[in-house]
Amino acid sequence: MTDISLAAQHFEIAFAATRTRQRRTQALAVVAFALAALAAAQFSGFFDVNEMSLPSGERVAGWKLLIGLPRLGDYLAKTVPILHWRTLGADLGEWFWRWPTWARLLGETILIAYMATLIGVVGGFLLSFLAARNLAPNRIAYHVARRFLEVVRTVPDLVWALIFVFSFGVGPLAGVLAIGLHTTGSLGKLYAEANENVDLRAAEAIRAVGGTWFDEIRYGVVPQVIPNVISYTLLRFEINVRSSSVIGYVGAGGLGQEIRTAISMQEYTDLSALFVIILVTVVVIDSASEKLRHRIIGLTGKGGLG
Amino acid sequence: MLVVNDLRKTFGRRAAVDSLSLSIPTGQMVGVIGRSGAGKSTFLRLINRLIEPTGGSIAFDGTDVTRLTGRDLRLWRASCGMIFQQFNLIERMDVLTNVLVGRLAHHGFGSSMARAFSAAERATAIRALDRLDLAPQALQRAGTLSGGQQQRVAIARALVQSPRLLLADEPIASLDPANAARVMDALRLINREDGITVIVNLHTIDTARRYCDRIVAMRDGRIQFDGAPDGLTGAVLADTYGDSAVGGAIDEAITSTELPPVRQLETA
Repeated sequence: MTDISLAAQHFEIAFAATRTRQRRTQALAVVAFALAALAAAQFSGFFDVNEMSLPSGERVAGWKLLIGLPRLGDYLAKTVPILHWRTLGADLGEWFWRWPTWARLLGETILIAYMATLIGVVGGFLLSFLAARNLAPNRIAYHVARRFLEVVRTVPDLVWALIFVFSFGVGPLAGVLAIGLHTTGSLGKLYAEANENVDLRAAEAIRAVGGTWFDEIRYGVVPQVIPNVISYTLLRFEINVRSSSVIGYVGAGGLGQEIRTAISMQEYTDLSALFVIILVTVVVIDSASEKLRHRIIGLTGKGGLG
Repeated sequence: MLVVNDLRKTFGRRAAVDSLSLSIPTGQMVGVIGRSGAGKSTFLRLINRLIEPTGGSIAFDGTDVTRLTGRDLRLWRASCGMIFQQFNLIERMDVLTNVLVGRLAHHGFGSSMARAFSAAERATAIRALDRLDLAPQALQRAGTLSGGQQQRVAIARALVQSPRLLLADEPIASLDPANAARVMDALRLINREDGITVIVNLHTIDTARRYCDRIVAMRDGRIQFDGAPDGLTGAVLADTYGDSAVGGAIDEAITSTELPPVRQLETA
């Protein structure tokens, strides 16, 4: 009897100590994050004071963020097209006056995203097995694959596009390669993480029947990661549609080149028209792929009997 | 004939298998018993080289299997069927494919990646499944089967390997008594009908007594006892499992997973 109450007393002491330690860590973390946020805001000019001339010619000083707001409003107001109810058709035609070009470039944008995703899936999928700690045949292959994936995804796709436009000229090929390379890096990492979470029992059985490393991957690992692979791929396609719509800004094909022209020529309503086109496309593709992803996850039923 | 000589395996400083020697004539059914961590699983995996030995040799019909590499090693693994405690099936693939993977050692890269198995292989697989009463489930996903059915699929997978040796690592530890009996019956049937040597790790002493021709008791990587089930006396068991906290005496009924004999109930 005394033994039990002694053990319980020990527990109470240990519990109180653990609790105090947890609270102290929490408080420290909150303070550290708050300080970091303040420093970052200060550094990025969040609290800057600026002088600015008003349209009336008067000069005012004030918080940069606040006195800049009217100018943001001015810019956005210029992009709003003038639409009248009675002449709506004609006004819309006026707003989307370059629609044949834009439609062609939208098609190009989506194809760039599709092709780039395909390249990324193939490259990322093949490398993900070498880049998974639990599957890599040796340490050298693991580190080479990991570092390669890191490099290609650390460089932004816009920078890759600049390099490829320089090497292969202006056009969608540079865009496909740029986004494809970046996608290889990101998908390869996501796939590798899925690979690292697999249950290796089936792979052990494949080794025990005399299978090769490739057999272990094909039968022991791939069936488990397929739902993740599909889900990540669709998600990446959505991101790539967004990427490919701006990548034309540096000459790598798609709608981006029109955005650049509209900004430099100060064609404000063109800018809003392009924005509407991209928004609608992204919303449509996002919702379609989201439905598809949920369907696939539902069909393969992670929570089911399997 | 499987001849193991001075087999050793160390993990860090700990010897999981420590100068183990024994020989098993073809067609014997051997039960390996011992506490958790006694080295039973390591011993089985050393035989088909899922684990590399630190020293010693394993010879099967005169071939030193510890020296095999590459394709020869894979063919040796193919000739050892292996049954796992957790079945180790590809849960998301159908039962038939799970059995067909037993043929992978005889496939090239292309046909293996494409899951292209021949009609003859499919016929063999179905016969193996039928022998274990699982032909109707052939196209079902393996993960949807019960534990006992999954373990019998694993046995069918081992059968299509045309094994010369069957290694079973705690095959019934995750099963209920009725399924455990079916799985053990299947193993014994294969042993008797096909003349395949079976080495089975068990933690239930009564099962080992009932099914095995010979029992090997291991403790700390060494053989504590090796002989017919009759020789497995209380003293031997105390040596094998003995723990100062328990006092040395082992009650076999506690570890038993067997059903009470049904026939006695009927006649009573």
